[in-house]
Amino acid sequence: MILSMFMAPETAPAADTANTAANTGDPTIHLQGSQAIWETVNPWATLPQASTFASSTDTLYLFITALSLLFFVLIMGAMGYFMWKYRRRSDDQRTGDITHNGKVEFLWSAIPAVLLVVIFIWGEVDFLKQSVPPADAIQVRVTGRQWFWTVEYPDYPGVQLTSSVEENVVTLVVPKGKPVQLTMTSEDVLHDFYIPAFRVKRDVVPGRYTNLWFEATQIGEFNLYCAEYCGDQHSAMIGKVKVLEPELFDAYLIEAGKLEMNEGESMAAFGQRIYGKRGCNACHSLDGSPKVGPSWLGLWGKQETTDKGSVTVDDNYIKQSIEDPNAQIVVGFEGVKMPSYKGQLDDKQISALVEFMKTLK
Amino acid sequence: MEDDKSKHAKREPSYLVAQKGLKSWLFTVDHKRLGLMYLASTLLFFFVAGIAAIAFRTELLTPGPGEISSVLEWLEMDTTQSATTYNKLFTVHGAVMVFLVIIPSVPGALGNFLVPLMLGAKDVAFPRLNLLSFWIYSLGALFFIYTLLAGGLDTGWTFYTPYSSNFSGSAVISATFGAFILGFSSILTGLNFMVTIHKMRAPGMTWNRMPLFCWAIYATAIIQVLATPVLAITLLLLIMEKTLNIGIFDPAMGGDPVLFQHFFWFYSHPAVYIMILPGFGIVSELIAVHSRKHIFGYKAIALSSVAIAIISFLVWGHHLFVSGQSELAGIVFSFLTFAVAVPTAIKVFSWVATLYKGSIQFNTPMLYGLMFLFTFTIGGLTGVYLGALSIDVHLHDTYFVVAHFHYVMMGGTIIAFVGGLHHWWSKMTGRNYNEAHGRWGALLVFVGFNMTFFNQFVMGQQGMPRRYYTYVPQFQQQHVLSTVGAYILLIGFLWTAYYLLASLRKSAAPKQPIADSPWGGTSLEWHTQTPPIEHNFHGQPRVDSDPYNFPQIERTGDAEHH
Repeated sequence: MILSMFMAPETAPAADTANTAANTGDPTIHLQGSQAIWETVNPWATLPQASTFASSTDTLYLFITALSLLFFVLIMGAMGYFMWKYRRRSDDQRTGDITHNGKVEFLWSAIPAVLLVVIFIWGEVDFLKQSVPPADAIQVRVTGRQWFWTVEYPDYPGVQLTSSVEENVVTLVVPKGKPVQLTMTSEDVLHDFYIPAFRVKRDVVPGRYTNLWFEATQIGEFNLYCAEYCGDQHSAMIGKVKVLEPELFDAYLIEAGKLEMNEGESMAAFGQRIYGKRGCNACHSLDGSPKVGPSWLGLWGKQETTDKGSVTVDDNYIKQSIEDPNAQIVVGFEGVKMPSYKGQLDDKQISALVEFMKTLK
Repeated sequence: MEDDKSKHAKREPSYLVAQKGLKSWLFTVDHKRLGLMYLASTLLFFFVAGIAAIAFRTELLTPGPGEISSVLEWLEMDTTQSATTYNKLFTVHGAVMVFLVIIPSVPGALGNFLVPLMLGAKDVAFPRLNLLSFWIYSLGALFFIYTLLAGGLDTGWTFYTPYSSNFSGSAVISATFGAFILGFSSILTGLNFMVTIHKMRAPGMTWNRMPLFCWAIYATAIIQVLATPVLAITLLLLIMEKTLNIGIFDPAMGGDPVLFQHFFWFYSHPAVYIMILPGFGIVSELIAVHSRKHIFGYKAIALSSVAIAIISFLVWGHHLFVSGQSELAGIVFSFLTFAVAVPTAIKVFSWVATLYKGSIQFNTPMLYGLMFLFTFTIGGLTGVYLGALSIDVHLHDTYFVVAHFHYVMMGGTIIAFVGGLHHWWSKMTGRNYNEAHGRWGALLVFVGFNMTFFNQFVMGQQGMPRRYYTYVPQFQQQHVLSTVGAYILLIGFLWTAYYLLASLRKSAAPKQPIADSPWGGTSLEWHTQTPPIEHNFHGQPRVDSDPYNFPQIERTGDAEHH
């Protein structure tokens, strides 16, 4: 809290007026906090403190900064003074014969040692707080894949949010003032889930689950990043965390997290939305340029050579490629390991994707 | 300290001209010639790694893609490869700087040249092993060059699995095999120095009369011999996983990716001290000689090097605070990490105290020595942030870490190395560089370095992750500042290369041979001809004092001296 005076005006909590609009039909819930995203042109603005961890982490940060400045000024001050005072004036200038001084050496070992122990304990206590999530935390499951995040809420069946390599979209929705626990794993390589405004970060590791928890304290949208190098589009594996008033959380999440065909929407248009919202765009382009996987332009009906022989790209091949991607791999993409989407996309959604592909000629 | 003066009257041909022909260099067992060959190789790779850094810093001028794509388009290459190209550039920069430049630079070049001279020995203990070590280094370097020609490497210098073992389409095997081979060169060099320092000190040179550079190289050698085999095993396991599909690190085959990180950092953290300890050694010499003062706290500086070497084996887990290792492990590693800070602080205080009542000359090597105190102090202090668990959670894998290790590795080791190069340049080459040029170079390097890296601390605290090809627009001004700084740094180093190479021209040869001890240094390397004769000394030098008893020191009578 003592940092608030350093904070940029852009970070001020916004949209408090919408707090009472708990009505699911109210369009203002989509706007809530969107004005408060921390994207500023001022490169020296400090990071918002948007979780309960942020202010104590920053206080320790400031404490170390103050100590460092003190020591730096002392060391450089002494050095600068000696440089000036004892500059060589003549070649036969005499010098002092001091070789050591036990008392001074003891002091400059012991004083830093004591300060370092204080810093160690402080950092350790805060770290342990971050390691033990409260029992009533809202549960969220996070999956990292090259190169997008998938976020699911066990208490909200059917809700799924996905980051996009093409734009910085809302990937995680949390209510303000309630603890949230993320259980995370990766389908391929190491990733790392990092929300600077919350001061939290944890590696996302294939083959095991890691945990992260926080309690957001500020309404707004904040950047989230992949912080562990994971390949080509590592820097595009980013999204936003949206923090809402608890009354609006349910309605917003259900609205944002569902992926159903809208009334009057064509299957192809629905397919296009799935393409953007389920991470297909991370590896498949629409303009013919190969990314990690084959481009979808002109793919439908094409005769492809695979490692198991020739195949025509039809409904069956596409369904197989989505659910069991490594069954028949197109030549030239053998080194790529696409994760399976079995259970992630239902038959209707797969059909819509096929219809969308048909339009890409 | 005195030489056997009887044979000292006439000049003999120096080691540079004692034998002639390419073969006399390639098959030499003379530690001085091997030192020069290491010097040339490491500087060449320093240039390569620097160009890679300039290339990716240029890409970071704008938040989005663009710069690399334009170059690829101009070269009529595939522009969809621009992100991969960026990743390859930072990997090449990191891998070459660590394995081919910083680790071999000070021990391989200056260590080889100086340790036997400082000890008063004719050569290292095993001259042929020393030659073998250089050949192995060259072989490893060839593997790296092959990696570059075969399309490069995009895993980051850390080779983290399972990306490196099963997902990267780049030349992982040749690069890891190159690092594997280079490890043996490092081990053999370390072994050689350990034996040399134990067995070949001149009569009268007790451990406490040994120059601090030798103490630093000794501490480094301990780590090289004990830690490098672990890297070799780790890389071999990685190669086995990749080629034979034996699941060790990839969970898809039943392995554990965090295990790789433990193995890797068990070597690579001590390796940080392989890189920085020799730099400490150089700075001790620079500060003492150019202020003509007895080094303050000789024993504390010498033993803190050994203390750092020992503790360095127990702190690798601080690279894994957020990796999913247990909280208890994190706490233990955090505590031990702070334990390293104490001996490091002792060194910095002792160097500053050495200046007290000195006779300080601001020539180029000393400017680098003082610059080291400035930059390394920043590097050391920012390490305290990263050692604190809760803060590391926020700063891990951000630009704060990038800035921190550049302040230590570059602001520490490279600055010390360049300072040492100037300090011993005349001893090694028999030539003088232009002093005014040297000071301008030091200024450019100082300004460029701090401009490049200081604001990266700020960027990291604001949450800018490292290894990002694109970034959110708010960081652009800071990235531009860094890139401009990098260009100034480049100009500084090119300028330095220019005047150092210019001093080697035939026309630049000094009319009179350079004095044995142009700076007034008193350790044994200053008691032989410049450049030294093939067998270093006429007769066996003897030592009756420690190497920091300069004649200018005013004896008050009560302080202990010899």
